[in-house]
Amino acid sequence: MRPIDSIIQEVRSEAPLVRTFWLDKQLDPAPGQYVMVWIRGVDEVPMSFSSPDTITVQSVGSATQALFNLGAGSSIGLRGPFGNGFVLRGKNILLVGGGVGTAPLAFLGEQARGAGIKVTSLVGFCSSQDIIFQDRFEALGGLIITTDDGSVGIKGHVAEGLKEFDLAEFSQIYLCGPEVMMWDIISRTREHAGKIQACISRYFKCATGVCGSCCLDPEGVRVCVEGPVFMADRLIESEFGRYKRGPDGRKGQCRG
Amino acid sequence: MPSLTVHAGGLTLRNPVMLAAGILGTTGASLRRAALAGAGGVVTKSLGSVPRDGHPGPTIVQVDCGLLNAMGLPNPSYKKFQEEIDIARTGGVPVVASIFGSSAEEFAGIARGLDADAFELNLSCPHAEKYGSELGRYPDLVEAVTGAVKAAANAPVWVKLTPNTADIVELGQAAQRGGADAVVAINTLKAMAIDIETGYPILGNRFGGLSGPAIKPVAVRSVYDLALRLDIPVIGVGGVTSWEDAVEMIMAGACAVQVGTALQKGYGIFEEISLGLARYLERKSMTFEDIRGMAGRHY
Repeated sequence: MRPIDSIIQEVRSEAPLVRTFWLDKQLDPAPGQYVMVWIRGVDEVPMSFSSPDTITVQSVGSATQALFNLGAGSSIGLRGPFGNGFVLRGKNILLVGGGVGTAPLAFLGEQARGAGIKVTSLVGFCSSQDIIFQDRFEALGGLIITTDDGSVGIKGHVAEGLKEFDLAEFSQIYLCGPEVMMWDIISRTREHAGKIQACISRYFKCATGVCGSCCLDPEGVRVCVEGPVFMADRLIESEFGRYKRGPDGRKGQCRG
Repeated sequence: MPSLTVHAGGLTLRNPVMLAAGILGTTGASLRRAALAGAGGVVTKSLGSVPRDGHPGPTIVQVDCGLLNAMGLPNPSYKKFQEEIDIARTGGVPVVASIFGSSAEEFAGIARGLDADAFELNLSCPHAEKYGSELGRYPDLVEAVTGAVKAAANAPVWVKLTPNTADIVELGQAAQRGGADAVVAINTLKAMAIDIETGYPILGNRFGGLSGPAIKPVAVRSVYDLALRLDIPVIGVGGVTSWEDAVEMIMAGACAVQVGTALQKGYGIFEEISLGLARYLERKSMTFEDIRGMAGRHY
C-alpha cells in the first residue's frame, strides 16, 4: 500500500519523553499490530497502537524527535496495520509491561475487558515520572507497579513484581517492553512459556516480509509479517535476549 | 516427474528457481530458510566493503503491479558476512554472494575476501550513489569490473545487468568479454512515486527501483535478446511470480530464474513454481532444454 495521509487530531504528553498521538484514520488494528509512520522528509518508523486510533511514542532518535515536533493539525503518512497482533485466550489474563511497551497492553486489556475477560496488570517503569496509563490499567482490574528507583510501588525491575502472582492461575500472559526486561521475565518463567505471548521489536525496513532486515535467528522468522507477537517458547531457542541486528545487519546488544 | 536439474553459469542447481539478490538475504538463517523451502540456489543481499545503514524510510512503496524500493544497499560489509554464508550453505544449495563496489579494485577485493559458490556482481542497483548502475551502464566499466573479479575469484562470476540503458545487450557483451560465466537480467527499473497530499516523493531516497509483475515483459525481452546474442548463459529475473512466468522466462532463453518480489506471498513460492514447471514439462513431454530459448527458435 502507499502511505495513507493522516491528520494528527491531538497530542498528549504522557511522560517526559512519551507522547500519545490521536490519528484521524480508523485503521481497525488488533492490539500488538503496528503501523509504519512516515514523518515526511525524515524517515518511516514502526509504532504499536495504544488504542484503535492512537500511537504512543517514546522519543529515541531523529524520526521520533521529528514526530514530537508535530502538533495537532500536522499530517503524517501511515502504512498498516501490519503484523499478527495478540490473540486473546482464556478468561483470566495477566499483562506484563515495561515502559512504553505498556502501550499495546493497555489497548489489549481494554479489548479483553470488553469481552468479559478478567485482566490483571504488572507494569514497570524507571521512576514515578515515567509512569504512563496508570488510570487505564487501574480501570482494567488488579494492578502492580514497579519502579527501578522505588519511587512508586515495588522497588526494582518488573520481574520483582512476579512474586505477587501465581502464574498458574492465568490462562494467558501478555508481555511487551524492553528486550532485556522481556528476556528477564521469560527466562524466570520458562515453565509458562507456552502461554506467554510476547510483542517484540526488530529493525523493520520494508514491513512487507521481503527485505530480511528483521529476520530472527536461527529460523529466519520475519518479525515484520510473522510477528511481532510470538509465543515465548518459540523465542527461547532464538536470538531473542542475546543479540539483535541494526540497520546495517550487524549484530549488536539487545538492550532497550 | 522430469528432472529440473540445470547447469547455470558454472553451478549445478537441483531446480532452476533461485532466490534473487536483495530479498531475505540479510542473514544466513533467512537464506537457509529459502533453501529449505525449495529454492534451487540463493543469492545474498549485496555486500560492500564497509557497513551501510541504507537509505532513510520509506524504503518500499507498493504500487500497481509491483514494488518500488530504495533500500540503499544496507549491509554489514563482506567481512562480517562469511559466517552468514556458512550458515546459508547448511541449506544444501549453492550460495551466490552478491557484491558491489565503486571500482574494479573494490569489487575484486571483496571477491578475494569471501568464500562463496559464485559471485553476482551488482552493476545495476539504480538508487545508490557511486555504485550499481552508475558503473554498470558503461560497457567498458562492466568489462573491467568483470575482468578484475574473474582474476580475483575462485568461483564463477555472474554479472547482474541494468535495464536502465538503451542497449542491455551491449552491457551483456561487455560482461562476456570480461570473462563472466553468466549474466543475470534484469535489476529493477529506475522509478518513483509521489505523495499527492503533499508533493513529497514517497521513498526516502526520492527515487528507487521498480520490481514485480510490472517489469516482467521488460525482463522477458531483455533475456530474449541477451540469450540470442551472447554465448554465456542468461539467468532471468524480473516479476517471476508463477510457474507460467518461469516457463515464459525459460522460453525467452533463461537457464534459471530468480524470484524476488513474489516472496511477499511467502516462502512457498519456490515449491509452487518448481512443481508447476515440472508438471508442465511432464504434460508437454518435454525436457527443460527443449523449452529453453524456444522463442528464439521460432523465427
